[in-house]
Amino acid sequence: MSDGQLLAEDRFPAEASSLALIRERVRKAADTCGFAPAPREDLVLAVDEACQNVIRHAYGGRGGDLVLTIRRQEDTIVVFLRDYAKPVDPATIRPRDLGDLRPGGLGTHFINEVMDEVTFLPPPGGRGNLLRLAKRIE
Amino acid sequence: MKHQITDNETALVVAFEGDVDLASSPEARKVLLDCLGRKRPVFVDLSRVKYIDSSGVAALVEALQTARKGGARFGLVAVSDATLRVLQLARLDRVFAIHTTLADALAAAD
Repeated sequence: MSDGQLLAEDRFPAEASSLALIRERVRKAADTCGFAPAPREDLVLAVDEACQNVIRHAYGGRGGDLVLTIRRQEDTIVVFLRDYAKPVDPATIRPRDLGDLRPGGLGTHFINEVMDEVTFLPPPGGRGNLLRLAKRIE
Repeated sequence: MKHQITDNETALVVAFEGDVDLASSPEARKVLLDCLGRKRPVFVDLSRVKYIDSSGVAALVEALQTARKGGARFGLVAVSDATLRVLQLARLDRVFAIHTTLADALAAAD
């Protein structure tokens, strides 16, 4: 988790009102890496959706801390999201079948479409969840 | 996020501006459903939406389904690049009627 150039490390309340600021952090980091606008906005979307999953599902809307860490590792931007909620079983996270027109369930699909790597890592100290999202700089 | 409703006699046009995200999508949802409750065709101008996420898309989908159930006309007009990209990612760009201008929207057959 500590390889590469640190671009951002911030702790946010896991609330909807934090998302605009989180998006700006990601935009700035992506610009520093030289992302073109369209893939940069895709990255912002993916991280926003992952944060929404923490807010709504990991913490069940009750709030908590969300730590965002962004690093550049050679030709890849790596975003870590750490929460301190009950550990999520990655096997239960499935993107929705898009053939089924329903209002919800799109976030995970966006994350998987946009990011090159999506991995749950063992969280330090065994508490909470640590999600690693990686995207080659384009 | 800001919104503006224009009553154009033939239809209601709801224009959203800014970010339609988890914080603001409940308001977007409410505005859309309220407009559909007025039993007029509703078109959504998304040209000034700078950012929209799955919760914003969910509000649009719910509005579309509500319109269909009620036999009302509902469509999108002048979607921003950001909006079109997210609709494409969701494979919904062919599901919504997406018109370039309001005149096109009103002229198009259902």
